[in-house]
Amino acid sequence: MKRRDFVGLTSLAAGALFLPSLPGFGHTAVDPARLLEPGADVIVKKRLADAALNAAKTAGASYADVRIGRYLNQYVFTREKQVQNIVSTESYGVGIRVLVNGCWGFASTSVVTEDSLAATARVAVDIAKANRLVQKEPVQLAPQSGYGEVSWKTPIQQGAFEVPVKQKVDLLLAANAAALDNGASYINSALFQVNEQKYFASTDGSYIDQDVHRLWPTFSATAVDTKSGKFRSRGSLSSPVGLGFEYLTPSAAEQIAGPQGTNTVGYKLRYDILADAALAGKQAKAKLSMKSVTPGKYDLVLDPGHLGLTIHESVGHPTELDRVLGYEANFAGTSFATLEWKAKNLPYGSKSVNIVADKLQPGSVGAVGYDDEGVKTREWDLIKEGKLVNYQKIRDQAHIVGQKESDGCCYAQSWEDVQFQRMPNVSLRPGTAKMSVDEMVSKVDKGIYIAGAGSFSIDQQRYNFQFGGQLFFAIEKGKITEPLEDVAYQSNTQEFWGACAGSCDQSDYRLYGTFFDGKGQPSQVSSVSHGSATTRFNGVNVINTARKV
Amino acid sequence: MAILTQTEAQDILKKVLSFSTADECEATLNGSIGGNVRSARNSISTAGAVDNVSLAVQSRFGKRSGLATCNEFDDATLRRCVQRAEEIARLAPESPEYVPLLGPQQYLAAPASFAARTADITPDYRAQQIGASMALCEAKKLTSAGFFNDSAGFVAKRNSKGLEAYQRLTSVDFSITVRTPDGTGSGYAIANYTDLAKFDAARLTRVAAEKAASSVNAKAIEPGKYTVILEPAAAIDLFNNMMGAMDARNADEGRSFLSKKGGGNKKGEKVFDERVTIYSDPTHPEVPDLTFANDGRPQQKVTWIEKGVVKNLYSSRFWAQKAGIPDLPPPGGWIMQGGTQSTADLIKSTAKGILVTRLYYIRAVDPQTLLYTGLTRDGTFYIENGQIKFPIKNFRFNESPVIMLNNLEAIGKPVRLNGSLVPPLKIRDFAFTSLSDAV
Repeated sequence: MKRRDFVGLTSLAAGALFLPSLPGFGHTAVDPARLLEPGADVIVKKRLADAALNAAKTAGASYADVRIGRYLNQYVFTREKQVQNIVSTESYGVGIRVLVNGCWGFASTSVVTEDSLAATARVAVDIAKANRLVQKEPVQLAPQSGYGEVSWKTPIQQGAFEVPVKQKVDLLLAANAAALDNGASYINSALFQVNEQKYFASTDGSYIDQDVHRLWPTFSATAVDTKSGKFRSRGSLSSPVGLGFEYLTPSAAEQIAGPQGTNTVGYKLRYDILADAALAGKQAKAKLSMKSVTPGKYDLVLDPGHLGLTIHESVGHPTELDRVLGYEANFAGTSFATLEWKAKNLPYGSKSVNIVADKLQPGSVGAVGYDDEGVKTREWDLIKEGKLVNYQKIRDQAHIVGQKESDGCCYAQSWEDVQFQRMPNVSLRPGTAKMSVDEMVSKVDKGIYIAGAGSFSIDQQRYNFQFGGQLFFAIEKGKITEPLEDVAYQSNTQEFWGACAGSCDQSDYRLYGTFFDGKGQPSQVSSVSHGSATTRFNGVNVINTARKV
Repeated sequence: MAILTQTEAQDILKKVLSFSTADECEATLNGSIGGNVRSARNSISTAGAVDNVSLAVQSRFGKRSGLATCNEFDDATLRRCVQRAEEIARLAPESPEYVPLLGPQQYLAAPASFAARTADITPDYRAQQIGASMALCEAKKLTSAGFFNDSAGFVAKRNSKGLEAYQRLTSVDFSITVRTPDGTGSGYAIANYTDLAKFDAARLTRVAAEKAASSVNAKAIEPGKYTVILEPAAAIDLFNNMMGAMDARNADEGRSFLSKKGGGNKKGEKVFDERVTIYSDPTHPEVPDLTFANDGRPQQKVTWIEKGVVKNLYSSRFWAQKAGIPDLPPPGGWIMQGGTQSTADLIKSTAKGILVTRLYYIRAVDPQTLLYTGLTRDGTFYIENGQIKFPIKNFRFNESPVIMLNNLEAIGKPVRLNGSLVPPLKIRDFAFTSLSDAV
């Protein structure tokens, strides 16, 4: 109802995550034990789905799909020594999409009975017929053969909802204590747990049952120097993951040290929240007296936990076909990488830029077996040796670029929202030659190493961007010399990727991610991961962000 | 079902409270109906409808509290909802920031917050409006993408301490981006009203279309510090972000732009130009709003900044008691006092400057100084000798609203946007740090 309810959540801004009264998206608050109860049996769901599909066909639909969704969330919020909020929510309902005379119609209901689904299907058909009057471009749906009755589950070791709430609270409070003991004045921490139980059925003959799990532990530690009036924060270096609670069991094999002299640690598929919080406390305090950067051109060495956000904004978004075509012109924006631009075969980046899209990577938040319009997920190239070779597209977009099939990246945030094209995981392939982060740094004469994602902003066509970070270190003559503050870099997408001088090898590869990528009006959020190894970019413009007020 | 009357709503809430066995119980009903239409490429792309009522029950045993919700209202469901809130409360940890529920309150009346015309909008009306807007653009050989969204609803609250509240609200929002077919020009317009009577899709579409047509062949000029005129749509986000950072606790804890060296906050200090006065008023006829906050505190007329001096900070009830400050909730919208000059008047009095239609992708860079970055968009023009001379390419800025409101040249007549009243602002030395090729 209110104007600015979810505005903060659709951004990646860490500050916006600490809203103790955060509601689920139309979710009902439930007892945590409810999250462990199984949803409806597939036999029941198939019968319900068939009732909707039959009603849609009878009413005149040439195609229909049904999504029966049970969405379970639990969020735990703490600050310092106390719990702020524990929210457990459930949302159950059905979204039905139909194609009538080349026009889409969509309707949803929370009343999950055969009669209600049949009636909702007829409403969707009526909406499609009404929209037909103003539709100018009839929908062309890429053919898709049915998969029959299939299922997929995120390969998790321990479901987060199975872990007692007390254990989760204790872990966050222990992380808070670690940060406070090591120099932080304040800390907010949170644990987001998501389970999407999705049943998809379509007139193509697919009946797909999926059980999708995601997890995100995060915090922000702040140090205050009352005397000078200065304060600085350091956010967690965790990532949202497509894993169970096992992500929070530290493993030496899943950690990788940053360059010598930085005392930073990168995390792969396991995260040590206690160690990271302790380090965050120290680093937040140290930031209060760090040297302010001298603006100028620097070679940047970007850690995967930082670079993921730059990939997201400067490659992920401009290669979304709906943006390219103008469907997001009034909200998310359009793209410089138009069909005409692609036809010119201009470089997107240097030869070492190879960027791949996928919905498969284990541990990624984008990983599913099938997308929300019943297409088996896959991997495909977006940029090969610096040239744009493909876009992200779904079934009703494939024909626009002369292709015969969808990429399988259709998604809706809930049963009550219509599915549309959403960003898959978009990742930079690591270097093929052996290269450690220390070797990379050793070759830099004047540079800055950046770890962790910070402030971010990019224009509506994805040319000009500015990124901050969590931790910055000066590199001089091949060595890390000292930490820096007030660093942000400004560049242009093609210039920046053109200045890409190569990545470390696979052993340094890690995933960055977000739960809150926003698109559409009304806005929907989506989860996406971005993998990369530490990568070097030459001669990037760095500004100093310190101001006096 | 969605918009219950005061009696219907309070009858449900009374029943809810009668099922409570907790020390304290508060029940809130929230309902809305409405719809939306989205267009792109001069065609409708999606359309949706909303019809939803939900009940939230908060139960408390001592310092433990639990929340449950439901969206059906038969006795059995209501009883289960109360029981669930009580079960969750019993399992919850004690809150060290517990504050008892409020007792009976006096609320201001704001009848203008609900307009029947807005509540009566039909799907046909939405389609007509967006259809007429698209046709206007097509006739000018321009491409439009727009969004029309309307909502009518109510909030009702009642608790075991005798608090009782009810209010109805409506809103209508429209935004449109118009582009030239070759993608070299882009314009934008946005509006938000309580009463549909004030809404004029054709006028807004013409504004966006004019900006699109006149922004083609933009010239690049050097980034640097310029005098700018920020139209209200350009000023609103920086303004809202700044006011959103006026929390007393953050300031007292030393982590706000209003924290003071040596401890404490800057309440009573002059932080802005003396022409800056910002207040909130839920009964203002242009921006009527809820007269009670989520936690039941009354929303009244409050002056936040007066003649550049920080007069009040908002806070939680817990922090207000702990710090011994006035117990003020954050309001739903802000009102910046302005003058009588329109944007056109501000242009006329400008020797050299830049007119900014809209700022986009604004993100915090440094919360200490409220430094933000973002970009101009959808119509940026060079002004010379009181006239718009030519369109210019978009810029990235790095600027703080605190610095801006000290570099104030002139304040125009406030306009309603997003529930606030924001004037066009003329500001000197606004920092543009790089050029963007985006249109």
